[in-house]
This record gives sequence, structure tokens and C-alpha cells, in this order.
Amino acid sequence: MSAEFQERIEAGIKIEPKDEMPEGYRNTLIRQISQHAHSEIVGQLPEGNWITRAPTLKRKAILLAKVQDEAGHGLYLYAAVETLGVTREQTIQDLLSGKAKYSSIFNYPTLTWADIGAIGWLVDGAAIINQIPICRCSYGPYARAMVRICKEETFHQRQGFEIMLTLARGTPEQKAMAQDALNRWWWPSLMMHGPPDADSKHSAQSMAWKIKLFSNDELRQKFVDQIAPQADFLGLKIPDPDLKWNPERGHYDFGPIDWNEFYSVIQGNGPCNRERLQARIDAHRQGAWVRDAAAAYAAKQRAKARVA
Amino acid sequence: MSAGSDNILFEYLLRLGDNCLILSQRLSEWCGHGPVLEEDIALTNVALDLLGQARLWLSYAGEVEGRGRGEDDLAFLRDAREFRNVLLVEQSNADYAFTTARQFYFDAWHSLALSELMRSADVRVAEIAEKAAKEVTYHLQRSSEWVIRLGDGTEESRHRMQTAVDALWSYTGELFEMDEMDRSARERGLGPDWSALRERWMQYVARTFAEATLEIPQGTWMQRGGRHGVHSERLGYILAEMQFLQRAYPGAKW
Ligand SMILES: [Fe+2]
Ligand SMILES: [Fe+2]
Repeated sequence: MSAEFQERIEAGIKIEPKDEMPEGYRNTLIRQISQHAHSEIVGQLPEGNWITRAPTLKRKAILLAKVQDEAGHGLYLYAAVETLGVTREQTIQDLLSGKAKYSSIFNYPTLTWADIGAIGWLVDGAAIINQIPICRCSYGPYARAMVRICKEETFHQRQGFEIMLTLARGTPEQKAMAQDALNRWWWPSLMMHGPPDADSKHSAQSMAWKIKLFSNDELRQKFVDQIAPQADFLGLKIPDPDLKWNPERGHYDFGPIDWNEFYSVIQGNGPCNRERLQARIDAHRQGAWVRDAAAAYAAKQRAKARVA
Repeated sequence: MSAGSDNILFEYLLRLGDNCLILSQRLSEWCGHGPVLEEDIALTNVALDLLGQARLWLSYAGEVEGRGRGEDDLAFLRDAREFRNVLLVEQSNADYAFTTARQFYFDAWHSLALSELMRSADVRVAEIAEKAAKEVTYHLQRSSEWVIRLGDGTEESRHRMQTAVDALWSYTGELFEMDEMDRSARERGLGPDWSALRERWMQYVARTFAEATLEIPQGTWMQRGGRHGVHSERLGYILAEMQFLQRAYPGAKW
């Protein structure tokens, strides 16, 4: 099957749920899509942290709608995993047991309102750069879910930038708040594109399967090139003394990333790993009786319908 | 109030707006913590609708007052004694049964209230009510379905639901209270006789509880005070959280 499968991939024919596919391809997709789904769901938490404290009613409405969008993204992506034969319940269990991973960025805390701006601008921004190519990936359901998701992420990024702009043009305290948020979120955002190409263990095969279309380092460069001029526009300083436009390359150069921090956070040592996972475990556990009740009620209704 | 402004209408709008604002604030605490993803999304929808309604009522209140206060001044810069919401909406989320019971009692009233306010002599009130009524029809359908599902679900869910509807019962009387201001408003055709809505509300609640296999609470003593700014201790904490940034950075634009 492998050669024939690879030919289909090369020809740009989308793979659909009922098509035959190599186990490795299926497992890679399950791992990647479920990780992505969990990131959307865990990603609700740091931003949800500021919903009840949003500074104006309009900002509150925008933030509520944004965090709701992220839940919706989780929903589409869990559905995409189901097309590969793994139920939502099973996928969620893997998150709660600590077996499955989610994006490490959500293990950092949101300390001020500016963090909500920085997340929209940088984190949704980095996510868009990673995800736009996935709209063209070889697996149909994933590609289609991503088209919808990317549209919404684009709004999120614009709204985040707008928060930063308002702060950057606000009082000295607000500007300092924006700069502090950029200082804290910058490096973790660069890590969102994954480890450097030299150390990326899944990349080559994923690229051959067209699950991945650009390398981690290429995506990171795109992100830096996009954000650096935006930071200038905001009058904020990216916390990297080596960041500089390189006219020969036609790209920004930037300084070395602390990959030890990245691996340490993935291992569970970020500031919020334990709280984030615990929040999901609590929600799941406290919701159990509600889910049981809904199932019991539905079963009673079905039984009544049979009798009638 | 500025000279010539309409204090009765202003207070009337605060009562309507604060109900929506405080309930929305409570519901938004669930965002990211719902019992199942679909409910997380649905509850947030209700929170968003109510927040939108609060903004319409409070913006109009600010215009009527005529002192240049907008929706944000009214939401973030009033203290607890100046809030006019009913006590029901400030009650804690507790568990999903409490959240559902609170929502159901409120929605059943809200839907009746809005269908009356749609006929208000004040055109703006009528317009806002009409827009809100469409949303609240769906809120009531949803909360009724959950009362039935949890009431007639498992033994545990029935017990939790019964506990919740009993505990919140004494906060329902305030919804139908008529004071001096309500009477003046009614005389001007602004809105209905709230006490006249009680029977229809009771019928709807009784019908839903019957289907949910829940007992109708028997208590007759009712809590009151929210509409006059005498709240439970909870409201102070809701406001401390909600108003934090506006209080900590006076005059800043966000
Ligand atoms: Fe998302
Ligand atoms: Fe997003």
C-alpha cells in the first residue's frame, strides 16, 4: 500500500476517513490532531482567567466570544480525531491521564490584562502561521476543520493586537503593562513552532505525508518577520538584543532560543502545568453526574418511544 | 440626575440592565469549566446574550440620566448599594443544578417580562425588549430542557436538582414585587404590573417540574432587597472582581 499511498499524496489527492492509510499515518494524525484539540481546550483557561475582570463590557464580550471560539475549535478537532477511529471520551482521557500533550504555551500564567492582548497577538498569531499550511494538508477532515479555525484565529489576532495598541497608546502604566506582557510571552511564542529542525523527530516523515508542509524553523522565521514590524508600530521592544533586519537574507535575524526551558515545560515544569491539568480534571469529574443524568434521561426517552 | 432627567425611567432601566449584567457575570465564570464541551459553549452563548442586553439597557440608562455616564461607568463605577438587580441572579454557581435552577427561574420570568415590555410606551424600551425576547425564548427552552433532564435523569441528579430549586425558591418572590416606582412606571405605560405575571410564571414552573418529576417548593417566605440596592454579601465580591481594572487605574481607556 505504501507506494500507492505515497503516489496519492504526491498527486495532491485528499485522504478521507474511509480510505486505506498506513498505520503510521493514522497514528501521526491522531497524535497531532488530538494534541491540537487539547491545546484549544486547555487554551481556554489562561484567557478565561480574565473574563470576569475584563476592563470594559465590550472587551468582556469580545473575550467571552473568543474563548468560546476556542471551545468550538476543540469540538471540531475532537470530531476530526473521531474520523480516525478514536472516540472523544478516549482522547480526553489521554489528556487527563497526562499521556497526551498540549501546547506548552498555555502553561504560562496570565498576570495582567495586557497578557490577553499579548496572547491574541502572539499566541494566536503563531498558531495561524502553524495552521494556515495545514488547510492544505493531505487528510481531508483535518484540512477542512483548519480552514474554519484559521478564519476565527485571524479575528483573535486582530483583537489581541488592538488591545496591545490601546495599551501602548494609553497611560505610562498601561504601556509598561504591554511591554511586560511582550517580554514574558515573546520567547514562549517562538517555541510554539516546535523544536529546531535539527532536533525535530517527527518532521521528515510528516512532510513526506504532507501533514506538515513547512519546517519548524521556516514557520518560526515567518512569525518573527511578521511580528517584528508590528512591535515597532506599537512602539514596544521585542526582548531580544540580537533581533535585527538582515537585508541580505531578506529576513530578521534573531537570538538563540532557550530550548532547555522548552523541554523542561514539556516535562511538566512550567509555572502552571499542574493547575491547568487539574482544572480540566476537576471540570471533567464535577461534570460526571451531569453527563450521566443526560445519558440516563436520553435512555428513558428512547425506551418510552419504543413502547409508544 | 441632571435637571429634567427622568429618574423613574433611569431606575427602571438599571433594574433591567443589572439583572442581565450580574447573571452574565456569574455564567461567564463557567467558561472553560463546563461539564461537557457543548454545554461550555451553550452557557457562554447565554452569557453573551445577557451581556449584550445589559449593554443596551445600561447605555440607554446613561442617556436618560443625562450626566454623561455610559455603559462602562454604570457597570464599573457604581458600588453595591447602587446596583438594582434581584438577589436571585447574584447567587453562586455552586453546582450545575444550582446554575440551572437559577437560570430557569430567571428565564421563565424574563421571557414573560420581555413580552410585556415589547409593548412599552417608551419606544427604546420596546425595541430592546423585542431584540432580547428572541434570545430569551431560546434561553428558556434550554434551561427548561435541563431542568427536565436533570430532574428525570439519575437519582443523584434528581436529588441535586430538587435541592437547588428548593434553595433558590425564596429568591423568586422579588421578581414579582411592585413598589412605588413600578406603579409610577406602570401608570406611564413603561412596563407591566409585575405581580400580574406571577400566575403564568407559576403555571409554567409547575408544568416543567411535573415533567421533571420535581416537587414544587412549598416555602412562602421570600427574600427581598436587591431591587432597592440591599444585596447579599456576594455582590461585593462580584463587583470587586468585575471592577478591578477600572478601580485600580482610574480614568484609563481600555
Ligand atoms: Fe483556536
Ligand atoms: Fe484563537
